[in-house]
Amino acid sequence: MNYIRKFYYGDIPEDKGGAEISDSKNPPSGGRGADWPLWEVFIRSKQGLDHKHAGSLHAADAQMAIENARDVYTRRMEGESIWVVESKYITASNPEEAGELYDPAKDKIYRHPSFYNLPDEVNLM
Amino acid sequence: MPVQNFEQIFQGKIDNEVKIEPKDWMPDAYRRTNIRQISQHAHSEVVGMLPEGNWITRAPSLKRKAILLAKVQDEAGHGLYLYSACETLGVSREETMNDLHSGKAKYSSIFNYPTLTWADIGAIGWLVDGAAIMNQVMLTRTSYGPYARAMVRICKEESFHQRQGFESLLVLSRGTEEQKAMCQDAINRWWWPALMMFGPKDSESTNSDQSMKWKIKRKSNDELRQNFVDMIAEQIKTLGMKLPDDKLKWNDERRHYDFGEINWDEFWQVVKGNGPCNKQRLDARKKAWEEGEWVREAAAAYARKKASPNPSKGGALEAA
Repeated sequence: MNYIRKFYYGDIPEDKGGAEISDSKNPPSGGRGADWPLWEVFIRSKQGLDHKHAGSLHAADAQMAIENARDVYTRRMEGESIWVVESKYITASNPEEAGELYDPAKDKIYRHPSFYNLPDEVNLM
Repeated sequence: MPVQNFEQIFQGKIDNEVKIEPKDWMPDAYRRTNIRQISQHAHSEVVGMLPEGNWITRAPSLKRKAILLAKVQDEAGHGLYLYSACETLGVSREETMNDLHSGKAKYSSIFNYPTLTWADIGAIGWLVDGAAIMNQVMLTRTSYGPYARAMVRICKEESFHQRQGFESLLVLSRGTEEQKAMCQDAINRWWWPALMMFGPKDSESTNSDQSMKWKIKRKSNDELRQNFVDMIAEQIKTLGMKLPDDKLKWNDERRHYDFGEINWDEFWQVVKGNGPCNKQRLDARKKAWEEGEWVREAAAAYARKKASPNPSKGGALEAA
């Protein structure tokens, strides 16, 4: 079964991702054609919350990616922790297989608390 | 599945307000239109830093300088959000930049006008950013997901731009006679170019119909322009200034302001590259790109050196 297909990054077509031109293990050799690898940025807005995808940017290495992310995504106290990961390491599910992946959940309404009718006196359960 | 079915599914999503995401099937023309529009939008944010950057060192106080720096930095960020959204459509950042430098891609014509006095910075915030916000608020509901998300982020940051501009003009409008005159002069020069930002009239606009059907745009050029005129015609009363249009008048029947005819010859001249600053702006962008080349190369070389496990150079041995 082929539920998950490899894409370099969920949002960038793999043949055009820029990621396969270069990455942080194999950085570009410089010159006009040099394109820094693409990174995905995740921000934790405050302690206790999840890191959430904020956007993407190009940077030569992880340190620069964090510094750029700080300049672009946290200028108004939007975050206090940053994760960056090179886009090509993200594997995304394929929209064409959305049916196989998600439809089976649709007819299982007994997984929701509202499926069960209880007498009023215990209905706050 | 035949292409026709894909198209039906696609249009079905649009009609039902389901966003289109990067890996979904989309017609080539939809992809191309979005690439064109988003990249032009990104270029506008970036080129838009130039006329304002012109006044950073000459801002009249530390407070105004800090505000202007923050605003220009925002524009750079907005450019990045949009370039990233554009990349999700399968065009590389470098191709997008090359299209700007070669003149193939356009940017908003408004940035081809010069900033002659300090009051221009206020007028840009109030009128130019004000006009941009009209368009951008609409685009937070555009049908392409990454574009809509970029616009939500941009709109959140952009409202300070318009407010600081108005506030700056308000100070001038209550100042000396010279300051008042400077304020009025800036409004006179920026008003018509700001109206041109909404693009050609609906009857002349070639891309509009399809873009509305695909919900890339959700309001027509004329509709947005009218909303803008109605808003500014009221706000200017607080400044005690005048808009440079004899025909500007409230129309009770239409419940809108009537306004005079835009100089469309000027509009097309500036679009075609013959505005006051077209060459200067493009040269500045190319210069920044070319003179930044050594920085890009140095950073790449540094990353390469750090990544290479070469024991004779130390690093890897120490780590082991």
